[in-house]
This record gives sequence, structure tokens and C-alpha cells, in this order.
Amino acid sequence: MTAATTEPAARPAGPPAYDRPGFRRLMLAEWTKIRTVRSTLWSLILLILLDLGFTALFVGLTVAQWDDMTPGDRASVAADPVSFILGSGFFLSQLTICVLGVLVIASEYSTGMIRASLLAVPRRLPMLWAKALVFALVVLVLGVAVSFASFFIGAAMIGDKAEVSLGDEGVLRAVVGGGLYLAMLGLFALAIGAIVRHPAGGITGVIGFVLVLAPLATLLPGSIGEHVHAYLPSEAGYLIAKAHQGEDDLLTPWEGYGVFALWTVALLAVAAFLLKRRDA
Amino acid sequence: MIEAENLTKRYGDKTAVDDLSFTVVPGRVTGFLGPNGAGKSTTMRLLLGLDRPDRGDARIDGVHYTDLPAPLRVVGALLEARAVHTGRSAYNHLLCLAQTQGIGKKRVDEVVELVGLTGVARKRAGGFSLGMGQRLGIAAALLGDPSVLILDEPVNGLDPEGIVWIRTLMQRLAAEGRTVFVSSHLMNEMAVTAEHLIVIGRGRLIADCSTEEFIERSTEKMVAVRSPDAARLAGVLTDEGAKVRTAEDGLLTVTHMEAPRVGELAAAEGVVLHELTPMRGSLEAAFMELTRESVEYGAAGGPVAMPVPGPAAAPAAGPAAGPAGKEGPR
Repeated sequence: MTAATTEPAARPAGPPAYDRPGFRRLMLAEWTKIRTVRSTLWSLILLILLDLGFTALFVGLTVAQWDDMTPGDRASVAADPVSFILGSGFFLSQLTICVLGVLVIASEYSTGMIRASLLAVPRRLPMLWAKALVFALVVLVLGVAVSFASFFIGAAMIGDKAEVSLGDEGVLRAVVGGGLYLAMLGLFALAIGAIVRHPAGGITGVIGFVLVLAPLATLLPGSIGEHVHAYLPSEAGYLIAKAHQGEDDLLTPWEGYGVFALWTVALLAVAAFLLKRRDA
Repeated sequence: MIEAENLTKRYGDKTAVDDLSFTVVPGRVTGFLGPNGAGKSTTMRLLLGLDRPDRGDARIDGVHYTDLPAPLRVVGALLEARAVHTGRSAYNHLLCLAQTQGIGKKRVDEVVELVGLTGVARKRAGGFSLGMGQRLGIAAALLGDPSVLILDEPVNGLDPEGIVWIRTLMQRLAAEGRTVFVSSHLMNEMAVTAEHLIVIGRGRLIADCSTEEFIERSTEKMVAVRSPDAARLAGVLTDEGAKVRTAEDGLLTVTHMEAPRVGELAAAEGVVLHELTPMRGSLEAAFMELTRESVEYGAAGGPVAMPVPGPAAAPAAGPAAGPAGKEGPR
């Protein structure tokens, strides 16, 4: 190494020491990120349209067919009308949250934005937590709203076939639970997106968990199949949107939600570990 | 101040950066030069905490990048690969970065104007040309008014006007007392921009010296002599230890002998001279020669780069454009 020949110019008065940005600033930044890409807007509009559309469609068809239905089918609707109404809407519309949850983080990897994000927050984990929290809050607020809308539409349409009101036992919890379920599903998808770091791969993974594994588990013989099925993340999690524990349910609504939360926490922990370790 | 100490990074069994140590001091533009695949980008990623070194240490102002409380206020970085969400507007991209550091919207507007993106700031960054993307990356680097700048191939994709602009900008930032560390694989570009050079090949340090010294050291000195009696002169010079090549009829290219000595010998022998010109080999060729052994991706069995005779190939190391004033493209 050769010595420098020129004396470097004196630096202007050293930069003032800056505080580490608070977590609220990181949340504000993540909020800006979420609201300034079109995929967020489109996913959330699609969530509302699909949810309310399918609520109206399924409840409407059921009411129209009511007299031709078997007594067993009628009984299952009447046993827990709120679960039937919310389930009609969520079954497909939840996929928008799966996709958006993956995209919120995986699109940073596919576009290279993650490098800018990590340069700004080089300790990395606060960025992940802020992103997860902001996204979960957005989905929670919208999810609860959609859940209420779906319930009121469904309850009005189903009318006297299977009367249900918010005052009935467990119904309010179930309706709010619809929003809670979507928020947790969003976090679950985000965790998988953070692990896979690839939009297409992440979306496939989440949808596999939510739509493919459940029917597959029911093919397993006997009580093994029942137990595996009951503890699958979305199957367990969805129990929170039921008014009460069904006859075939192994878990209560809150137990089910707890199982879903454990899955999500475990995946977020893996995502955090990998984020800290891997080269970006 | 940037300090790299024994930095080593392997990807699988390939060593991208190999025991690299250097220091970049404030107040001048330091060029980081090497052929493609030499490990420049990896080194910069190691400095910025994006990649983890297998061995060694990288510090900025004495601290690891990851330990800086508000990193964008200390270090501004432009990475080679784009680091922008294609669906977000330039303004919002800068805004979300600014918010992580508590930098206000006013500063976002300032840097947008500084890099000349005012007209397109609300457009999606995905539609930007390479040059506009580069300007956006530079805006992000300047956002926190940092005292250290780490720029990976900033002239990539810029038009000639943009190249002059970024060159002037870097020299002005350095003159303000900032540390400016800028990589390039173009020797000639660095020769007019950087005052100091750190040259690497295959992840290893090849040279760490002033640009002037690098040019002095690595380019061959030559003398062009034109004479109606070239054949006799060639014999005389060769006898005195010079190496002589006949470039064209009547024109000799002399190495291993300085111009005054050539003139003296010609005078002593009574040989008429029509031209006597001291020259330098091409800087680009010298750089290729120097890094030839260490080129990662090159045409197999490619030609050996020889200094190309030609008039005055070595540009001055001083600033080519005046360092004062911003030349914002309009």
C-alpha cells in the first residue's frame, strides 16, 4: 500500500449524532410502502368484491334451494348460521390476503427494493416486525369491516330460514373473528413470503397450505386424518369465525385460533432467523 | 472514512473477495477499479452489511454499518443492481426511505430536484430508463446528506451529459470533505474522476495509490521518431540499448530510452529528425495488462493487450470539469 500523496481536505464539522429511528418511524415507512403500490389496492378491492359477492351468491342459492335441501343440510346451516354466512364469503376471498401477504415482502426481493430497505434498517428485524404489524393492522381493520358487511348481508338474506343476530351467543365473536382470521392469515402468508423470497413460490406455498393440504388430510385414515386436519393452520384458525364449537370440531374457537397463531409465530421466527442470517 | 480489513467472501467454492484490506479517506474521490467479476460489488455489499464476510472486518467511521443508528444519514449507497420497487413512484420510494430515518419531505423534494427527476417523480419507477433509474439511486444515496458515499458503477446507463454531471457531483462532494468511494470497470473514466485508486482483480488488491502514480507506473513510456534516415537511426539506437520498432515508413517507436537521449544520439550521428515525440501507452491497455491475469470473465485465449502507440494517451488526473456548481440536467 502506498501512502497517500495529498492531505485530505478537512471534513466539515462532524455530522451530528442521530438517534436510532424509533419503531413508529419504521411503521410509518412500512405504511407508506404498503399504500403506494397498486397490488395492495387491487387485492383489497378484490377481497371486498369476492367476499360480499360470494356471501350473497351462496346464501341466496341456499335460500332458493331451501325446500329441496335434505333435513341434514338444513340442520347444519341452522346450527351455526353465522359460520355458514362468513364461510361463504371467506372461502375464496381469503386467497387475496394470501397473495397480498406474500407480495408485501417477496416483491421487495423480486424488485431489489429489499436492498434499499435493509440499507435503511441494517439490523433487519425491526423492518420485518414493522412490516408485519402494519400489514396485520391493515388487514384486521378491513377484515373486520368486510366480516360485518358479509354477516349483515347474509343474515338479511337468510331471514327466517335460520334466524341469527349479533346478540346471539358467540355471534359477535365469530364476526370479529372473521377479521382476526384474515389478519393472522396475512401474517402467515407474509412469513412464508419472507422465507421463500419469491412471489410465485410463496403464493403457491401459502395456497397449498390453505386449499390443498386440508382436503388431502381428510383422506388420511381414521383419527390420524381428523387430528392432522384439525391442526392445519387455516382449518384451526377458521374456527374463530364459528359461533360455537361444532360437534365434529376437536378444538374450541379460541383453541383453534391459538393453533393458527402458533403456526404463524413459528414461521415468523424462521423468517426472522433467515432474514438475519442470509445475504440480501 | 472506510476501512476494510482482511475482507474475505466465498460463494460456494468460489472466492469473490480474497483477504482485501484498504482504507478510503475523506476529501477526495477514491476509485475502485477492476475488471468485471473482480469482486467490486461484493466488496461494497460487505461494507454495507448486505453480505456477511467469511473473514475480516469492514468499518465506516470506525463502526460496522449495521451498528449505525441512522445509517442513511452517515452513508449514501448506490448499488449496481436496482434497489427500487418497480410499482412505486420515485417520490414515494424516496419518501419511505426517508421516513425510516426521520428525514422530512422537504429533503425528498430537494434530492429529486438535485438529480433532475422533478418532472417524473410521481411516475412509477418501473418505467424509468437505465439513466433515470441511476439518478433515482443517486437521489436515494444523497437523501440523508451523508458524509460517506459508496457508489457502484454510477455512470452505468448515463448519457454523456449525465456522466459529466455525476463526475462533477462526486468531485464536489469530495471537495466538501466527504468520503467518496466509487467503483468502475472503466479505467479512462476513473482517470478523470478519481484522485486515488484502489485496483483489484479476482478479489485481491492489485494497487492502492494515487491515480497519477498508477498511470506513471503502469503505462509504458515511448518515443516516436520520424527521420528520412530511419534505418540508420534504428541501428544507432539499438546499439545504445533502446528497443526500436518500425511503425511505418520513416517512423520509429522507441522504448527503453528517453526522448532527449534519442535526440542527442541522432545529433551525434548527424541523422536528420523530422519529429521527436515522447508518448505514453494507452491507459486502458495498461489496465488490461495489469489485470490480465485476474480477469474472471474473458474471451478464452484472448489477445494479450499491448500498449497501443498513439499520441498522449494518458489524461490528466485532475478534475476535467470544474468542481463548482451543480449542473442539473433540465
